[in-house]
Formats: sequence, C-alpha cells, structure tokens
Amino acid sequence: MSYKFNGQTFDAEPRPGQCLRTFARDLGWYAVRKGCDAGDCGACTVWLDGKPVHSCLVPAYRAEGHEVTTLEGLCCKGEMHPMQKAFLDAQAYQCGFCTAGMIMTAATFSEEDKKDLAFRLKGNLCRCTGYRAMDDAIHGVVHVEPDVPGQSAGRSLGNPHGPDIVTGKTRYTADFKMEGMLHLKVLRSPHAHARVLAIRREKAQAVPGVHAIFTWEDVPRKAYGTGTHEDYRVEPDDTYILDNVVRYVGERVAAVVAETEGAAEEACRLLEVDYEVLPAVFDPEISMSGKAPIIHPKDAFTSRIDNPDLNIVREIHGENGDVEKGFSEAHAVYEETFETHRQQHAQLETHISITYLSEDGRIHVRSSTQTPFPTKIKLGYLFDRPANDFHVYTERVGGGFGAKQETLGEELCVLATLKTGRPVKWEYTRGEEFIGATSRHPFRIRVKIGAKKDGTLTAIQLRVLSNTGAHGNHAGDTLGHSINEPLTLFRCANKKVDAYAVYTNLVPSGAFRGYGVTQNFFAMNSAMHELANKLGIEPLAMLRKNMIRPGDTLLSIWPGPADVEIGSYGLAQCLDKVEEALASGRGKPKPEGADWLEGKGVGISMLDCCPPLQRSEARVDLTAEGNYRVYVGATEFGNGTVTTHRQIAATILGCGVNRVQIINADTDKAPYDTGTFGSVGTTVSGNAVRHASETLKSQILALAERYTGAPQKTCALGDGDIQYNGSGTLALADLFARATQDGQRVNAVRKCEGMARPVSFNVQGFRIAVHRITGQIEILQSVHGADAGFVLNPMQCRGQVEGSLAQAIGWLLFERMAFNENGEMINPTFRNYRIPEFGDVPRAEVYFADTYDTIGPLGAKAMSESPINPVAPAMTNALKDATGIRFTSLPVSADRIFAQLAKLKK
Amino acid sequence: MDLNTITEIRRPSSADAITKWENGYAWLAGGTWLFSEPQIAIHTLIDLEDLKWPSLTVTDQGLEIAATCKIIELENFKGPADWKATPLLSECCHSFLSSFKIWNVATVGGNVIMSLPAGPMISLTASLEGVCTLWPRNGAPRQLPVVDFVTGNHQNALQPGELLRSIFVPASVMRKKHAFRRFSLTHQGRSETLLVGTLCPATGEFVLTVTASTLRPMQYRFPSIPSDAKIREVLDGIPLDQYLNDTHGSPEHRRHLTYYFAEQIREELSA
Repeated sequence: MSYKFNGQTFDAEPRPGQCLRTFARDLGWYAVRKGCDAGDCGACTVWLDGKPVHSCLVPAYRAEGHEVTTLEGLCCKGEMHPMQKAFLDAQAYQCGFCTAGMIMTAATFSEEDKKDLAFRLKGNLCRCTGYRAMDDAIHGVVHVEPDVPGQSAGRSLGNPHGPDIVTGKTRYTADFKMEGMLHLKVLRSPHAHARVLAIRREKAQAVPGVHAIFTWEDVPRKAYGTGTHEDYRVEPDDTYILDNVVRYVGERVAAVVAETEGAAEEACRLLEVDYEVLPAVFDPEISMSGKAPIIHPKDAFTSRIDNPDLNIVREIHGENGDVEKGFSEAHAVYEETFETHRQQHAQLETHISITYLSEDGRIHVRSSTQTPFPTKIKLGYLFDRPANDFHVYTERVGGGFGAKQETLGEELCVLATLKTGRPVKWEYTRGEEFIGATSRHPFRIRVKIGAKKDGTLTAIQLRVLSNTGAHGNHAGDTLGHSINEPLTLFRCANKKVDAYAVYTNLVPSGAFRGYGVTQNFFAMNSAMHELANKLGIEPLAMLRKNMIRPGDTLLSIWPGPADVEIGSYGLAQCLDKVEEALASGRGKPKPEGADWLEGKGVGISMLDCCPPLQRSEARVDLTAEGNYRVYVGATEFGNGTVTTHRQIAATILGCGVNRVQIINADTDKAPYDTGTFGSVGTTVSGNAVRHASETLKSQILALAERYTGAPQKTCALGDGDIQYNGSGTLALADLFARATQDGQRVNAVRKCEGMARPVSFNVQGFRIAVHRITGQIEILQSVHGADAGFVLNPMQCRGQVEGSLAQAIGWLLFERMAFNENGEMINPTFRNYRIPEFGDVPRAEVYFADTYDTIGPLGAKAMSESPINPVAPAMTNALKDATGIRFTSLPVSADRIFAQLAKLKK
Repeated sequence: MDLNTITEIRRPSSADAITKWENGYAWLAGGTWLFSEPQIAIHTLIDLEDLKWPSLTVTDQGLEIAATCKIIELENFKGPADWKATPLLSECCHSFLSSFKIWNVATVGGNVIMSLPAGPMISLTASLEGVCTLWPRNGAPRQLPVVDFVTGNHQNALQPGELLRSIFVPASVMRKKHAFRRFSLTHQGRSETLLVGTLCPATGEFVLTVTASTLRPMQYRFPSIPSDAKIREVLDGIPLDQYLNDTHGSPEHRRHLTYYFAEQIREELSA
C-alpha cells in the first residue's frame, strides 16, 4: 500500500490495529506527538485531506489514498506558514510539546473561528502556558523584541529553540530511533498491599519477540529512593527496582522487554502472579495510629524512616517562643482544619527512558529527566558501577513541574540493556502517569493563630499531616519546606509546628511545583483572613501588619537562622498593585441575575529560591569564530533556562545572544549541576553562568591588552570584537587565533555553591462571581503581583506566572484524582481528570515588582515555581467575601460547594 | 492509540457479508472511542466505512440519521423551515467533551452505542423521541426507542453482533419547540446534567428528557405544561443511586441541578 505524507509517497503497511499517530512517527514524522494517546489532548493533530484530526484515534489504514499533513509539512518551500510565524512571534509555547498540535489546529481557523477559541481550542491541552500566549499568537500579537548586543538582559527575547519548535524539528525524548531497539512494559499491581508469592512466566516467555522478563528476583536487591536530590540521604531507602511486596495499586510487579510494545504488553498480561493480599490503609491519620498495617517494616536508622512502626517517614517538631503564652495574650484566636488534595503534574510528555550501550561498554541513558546528574549517580549506586559508566542526557523535555525529579524508568531500562545488550525504550502511557508516577502531596493542616485587637499576631501553631503514599520520595523535604515559608512570611514571636509525613497504600506523592508550600499557604492565608474578620480588620491591613519586612530575621520554627536572605523586597509593591488592580473595576462584570454573588480575595506567599544543597558549575568557551559556548548542566523543559542563561552570558560578554550557544543537561558534555528543580534555574545555574562569563571576560580583556598593547581599562568587549584606545578593533576570532598559537586557552569555569538563598514574593488577587444555586464559579478578574527581582525576560517570566496560575486554577477548581475503596484510581485519563482548557483560564493581569536582587544574577531571582502558591487561598478568600462561607477543602468545584451555598438566605 | 491485539481488519461493502459473529469482533464506525482505550478482548475490527449509508435523509415522515453519520454532518444540517427543533442538533454537538476535530471522525451511532450517561447524541435523539433501527446478525430488523435502547451507564440493548443502523426522528417532533439546559464542572467539559424539554405546538404535549445526570435517559410526558410541583413529583421518583457518581459531578449535585433546570425549562416553554 502507499501513503502520502507531506507530499511524499511511502510504500508501507501499517499493522492492523495501528493508529495514524504511530504510523506517522514510524515514517519519521516526529511532530505527531503523544500526550494522551486517547484523543483528549490534541498533541497528535494532523490534517487528513486538509481537515484536522487527532491521529491517535484514526486507524492508520484509513489514511490510504488521502493526503496526510503534519507540522513538518506546513512549511511551504522553506517558508513558515503564517501560523507558525505567529506562534514564534508571540512565543506561544514553553516546553513546546503541545505546539505541533496547537499549530495544526489553529492553522485551520477562519476569522470567525478565532472569535471563539475557548471552543475551537478545547481539544488542545497545554500544561505550561495558561493559553494567553496562544490567544495572542492566533490574533497576531507580537511579543518578541529585537536583541541589542550587551543589553539582552531585561528584553523579551525568543527561545533559541523557537524556530525548531514551530516547524517540528525539535526532538523530544521519544523522537529517537536505533537499530534493534527493544520495548519495555511493566505489569502493575491490582492490589493496594500484597506479597508476591510466585510469578509464573512460562506463557509470557513464549510470546514471540519476548527477550527478557524481570521480577524482584532478577534485580539488584538495593534499597533506594526514587527522588533525585543533591544528597540522596534526604529520602528513605524504601524502594527496590522490583520488590516482592507491592504497596499501592499500580506498583510495578514485573517488567518485560520485547521486540514490540504489543508483544511486551501481551507477555505482561500472560504473567501469572500469586499474591497474598495484605491489609491496606489509605488515610494518614489512621496509618499513624498504631492500628494500621506497617507499610515498610524496616530498620529506622539504616532505612532513614523516622518511625516505621507508625508509618511515619518524617516528623518535624519545633517551636520558637512560646505559643501557649502567645495564645493567652491574644484577643482573638482562629482554629480550623484545612485539607488539600492530590494533583497530577500532567506534563504533556510522559516519562520516557531510552538506554543503549556503546562499544566502550558505557551505558547511555536518554531520558526525560530534570536531573541528569543525580540520576547518573543513582544508577551507579543501583548497578554497583562507577557513576562515570553512565551517560545521562536529555534532548528536549516536554514539561516537568517536578514530575521528572525522580528516577522512574531509567533503572529498568538500564537493567534490560545490561541483560540483553540491546537498546531499550520505555515510554509511560498517560494512564501510567496517573497510577504509577507521582503527584502532589495531599495535606491535612490544623491551624491555630491568635492576634491582639490591633491585628498583631501573637501565636501561630500548625499540625501538618502529609500523605506521602506508598514511598517516601520527597516526603521529608516537602514537609520541611511546607512549614518554612508559610510561617516565615508572618512576623510573630511564637510559632510552633508538629508535622508528619505518613505512608499510606496509595500512589506515591512526589515533587510538584510549590513543594508543600502551596498547601500550607492555603491554610495560612485562609486563617489570616478569618482572624482579620474576627477582629473586624480589613484582611489586607491584617496582612500588611504582619508580613515580613526588609531587615527582618527570617524565622520559622527552627532555632537558628537559615542561609536565606531578603536580597530584594517587593512584597509590599506586589500587594499594592494587586489591591489597586482589584479596585480598578477592570475585568468582567458580574453576570446578570440575582443569584450571582460577587467577592474579592487575596493570597500572599514567599518562596526560598533554591534548596540548601543545590550546586551548579558552568564553563564558558570563546570559540574560533569569536562566539561563545556555555556548558551548564541545567535542564530545559519549558522553564526557559536556556533563554535566560544565554541572556546572562551575552549581557556580561557584551554580545548579541545569537553568539551564545548553550550546551546543557548532558552528563558527558556539561559540568555538574544538581538539576533544575526548587527554583534554581536562574538563581543557582544562572549564577554559575554569570560568574564563569565574568571570569572569561576578564581573561579576554587581559589577552586583549597583551595583543594590542592598549591598557585593559581602555579595552571594551563588544559584539564579536574588542574596541581599544578609542579607535582600534581586535576581532575576537583573531584574539582566539593568537591565543591558540600561544598555547593559551580562552575559557572559564565557575561554580555556584553555598551562596545565600534569596526569596521571591507573589501575591494573587481574584474577583469572582459564584452562582448561589448551581455553585458555578466565574473568575471575573485575576491579578498577580510577582517579585522576580530584575526581570531578565519579561515575556518569558510572564509566561511562567501565567502557567502557574493555570495549574493552580485547575487544582483549586476541579482537578481531582479519585480512588475507589480498594485504593485504585478511577479516573486515570485526561477526559476524566480534567486539566484546564483554554476557556477555563482567564487572562490575568501580571505585574512585576520593581526590585533588584543582591544575590541572584544581574538582580534576578526565581519565578517559575512560586506563583502557584498564593492562588488557592485568593480564591477561597474571594468565596468567603462573596458568600460568608469558609471553604476549607479543595477543590471548590460546583458539586462540592453547592450544598453549603444552598443554605444561604436569598 | 495502537490496538495491539487487533490482528485483522475487515472492510465489507455490505453488512450481510458478516454472517458469523465471533467473540473478539467489533464494528468500527468512527473509531474515536475504540482507539481511545486498549481493547484487549478484540482481535477483529469490521469497518462500516464502506457500507456508504446516506448520513441524513429528510422525508415527509422525518429525519433518518444513519449510525455512521458524522457529528460534523449533524452540526451542519439545515432542516426544513418548520423544523423548529433543528438548533438542538447543534446544541447537542456542542455538548461533547471532545474537540470539534473529533466531529470530523466520530459518528452519531458510535456515541449512542457507547451509552455513556453524558453522550450528547443520546441526549439529542432521546429528547427528540428517536427510534433506533437495529440489525441483528440473524433475523429481521427491530426497532427500539432511544430511551429504551440505553439501559444503563455504558449499557444498552444491543445483542452480540447486532448493528445500530439508524435513528429515526419523526417530523412531528422536529416541529416542536424546545428548551435546553446543560451544566458542566468546567467551561466546556463533560455534561454533568443535560435536560431538554419539548412542547408540541399541535397538542400542547410537554416532554421532559433528563440525561447526563442519570445513568440512563429518563423521559417524562405530560399532556400539557405541568405545574412545578408535578414535575418535582415525577423527579422524586428517581432514586439517588440512579444519579451518576463520577469525577464530572456528584449524585447530589446532579439531582439538585436536575430539579433546578427542569423548573427553568418548564418556565421557558410556558412563556
């Protein structure tokens, strides 16, 4: 049979049940991506005879005799399609994974269609941007600014990968082929807690194409944690690559590698497993009661589990001052329990690992990871080999949000490659992301706060219960983080916390944008609002009275000071701007009808810009052409580090960004970097780039003096050359050539390690309408104030804020992972786990504080993670304002709030 | 997604070519559901595409909608001027959770056969008093109203191998006045509740059809517009466990909205 793709004819025969998506990819058209493989996300959109379809739902054979167009075929004679150009000009992408489908959909729109993008784009999910950028692109708004050599910092410059993203040339993790590649699939547990008694593999082994089957008996019996950190010891060793006890529905029981995915799947179905079902526990309070099954019966000291008998992974207790005394001095005390729920990252690219051997025996790991370096070290540990035997790298990663701060596949692929000698690929399905990856920790938070008549806080006390699920990856760090900033932000002499991260037989929680802080800021902001109401004080006045100020000691519940400093303070500015905007009358009016109630609410937050142990190293080379090459280990998954690192280097080196090439996220090519998580891309890795660039600049100027004879102070480093003595010019290419002749290297390496950690601030405001009867919530105005220090790239930074808001809005309004009584997730698909679509996310007003940070590079600080933190309480405070009802648990979806609203008097 | 268990595709030009029905066979219409989930019990897909059934046939008696009619064709349908209910076709097309792109592929019959409570084509054809024509593999065609065809959440009256050929909507119903109410937890999400009321200009008959809220469509006929109390009385007959419980809405909320919208529909059609 013959098929026509992008004008080319292919003689090929799809498999009977093959869909057009994978068939296109088999033929090399990689811009047909898998976000869900179920028709819900639109990442695989192609045209069939000019009509857009979701190719994952189209039987491949039906394309015979029709013309298929993919994003790669949209360019006409090398010219971009106007919609590709529009997406480039508006930078309507972050990770870029959804972009192919977005453009293939938007390029079909008539002018009429463009008026209703909420409808027209509802089948295209983006988890990064919050959709405002797509809206602008489709309406022809240009955001990219031109570069000015030496002055790129502060400009809205485009992502260097932009042209490849919009034309479909960008390669994501799965876009990679090798001869002889095998496919890995896993069998997952149907039980929440069970012992594996026996696995009979004969039938599975007999499936044609099966190469190997692995069970717990075939893996190194080494305990570890899946989270990736600078120091692995922050996590308990409570996981094995495969184990003979399964602790949640969805836990891996066995793995199969085969010639095809289909054969591997069939073999998994044919594995016969005998389980001894064990009692399971799902509620953390019951789990730590002493009456629950012990989930990890291990030695506390060697496994680093604080109290295995009570299923407590980590507990933290601390007090500054004396809260009892504080409450006795209070004129009003507010106490309430708040509850937050699980959230899936839903990054569009699922977890993918591809492993292969080179002739020198080294193991190469192509992964969708945020942390290549700690992953490499973990693999070395697991397989008892020098870490340098492993080469871990990313090409482009399609979103992360913390989901990829885990080793969740590399280890099985390495095992399979070592066993078979063959390249091995494992691509998570969307369903596996829900049931077998990680998600945001659900929290139960008891808050008690007291204040004097004038609003001055006298005591804050929290009891925090975090449900870490079946494993303790990120359990301790999220718990510690959660009780840091949400208490530090408020000036109060007496603070006390008892916090527990507890095992249950549910899918493990893990790292997620906000990292515990999101949860406790929900509780703290809600409590502050209520206490203000009790005292008859305006809620914002209450915040202003109690929020930290420049020069304040940053103290939560630990006795000593931390290595955190207010390097710049924009909190008050952010709050002022949000208040002003909410008072402006901008935004949508309240819908018509007496049943709509209107309210306003605000939340504030602070985030330490990086984890305490984070470190990064950067190397900058001058090249023979007089350009620069920056090697930095940080990863790019839509966070924009490559763009900002380029701007930092170019600004310091006095050149245009087009002269700077970034080599990143590759353990063979770039120097060590802990990984991109915890708001470090700008502050830590960016600082390494800054120091290395500054050092290289001094080196170049010293060489310029040597070669021109002009005193260094008269030499200026420019765009490709050095100007000296007012009129002389020395091309950098010539300088490089001279230096090379002299045996002189022109490069510099600097580390960023152990610096003080700056803080970022965020303030969210909502004006909403809520329908008294249906429970429907409409966001009339969304306003965000962000203190990012000096904003290196306003367009990109705004995008990070907007993406955070969208993710927060999904979490607080409707996203929910639902489990049945057996602990099985019942909605592991995008159609049943709704993430925000275009129409769910209102355009936000985003304001940046005018500050310059003394710690971050060029005055900048972090702003990809933190904007999510004040959003939920801004909504529930607005609901309180509108209805007088305090909603204490999330999400506040219509079906969860209507019953309380129904009690309101008309 | 790839359906890796499929070993054979059959593309008959007549349904009669499939005489023997086996376990592991499945009719393939648009494929938008079949290809959205693993189908490990299926090994053979029988493609209906080459049967070339005319999608929409208008006669004096009414509208014949082929099971293979694509959603986009229904969306674009322009009926005779006195078919006042025609806009309901588009309203229901717009009630899909899925994208307009799916409309280019998905079929009316596929949605009805899926028999999910929120199936908008069920809402449409049930409220328009549609009647299914079913073709058993062996035996004479039979007919069944849509409200009886769908028997529960993801359950219907189809026998193994039986084919939904078409749904017929009488012209008298197409001439009715209608009122439409829908709610979803997200802006363009899956229907949590979808109610349609129709009023016959000739007889004054009022028909209320409840879908999405309940596990299967519920239809109530009144000789004339009933009082609010009367509507509440009939709705009181739906036990709470007949309201769907999933992540698109709780049973209590669905029930609450059902009463609320029924009253609104009654009012709208009274005007």
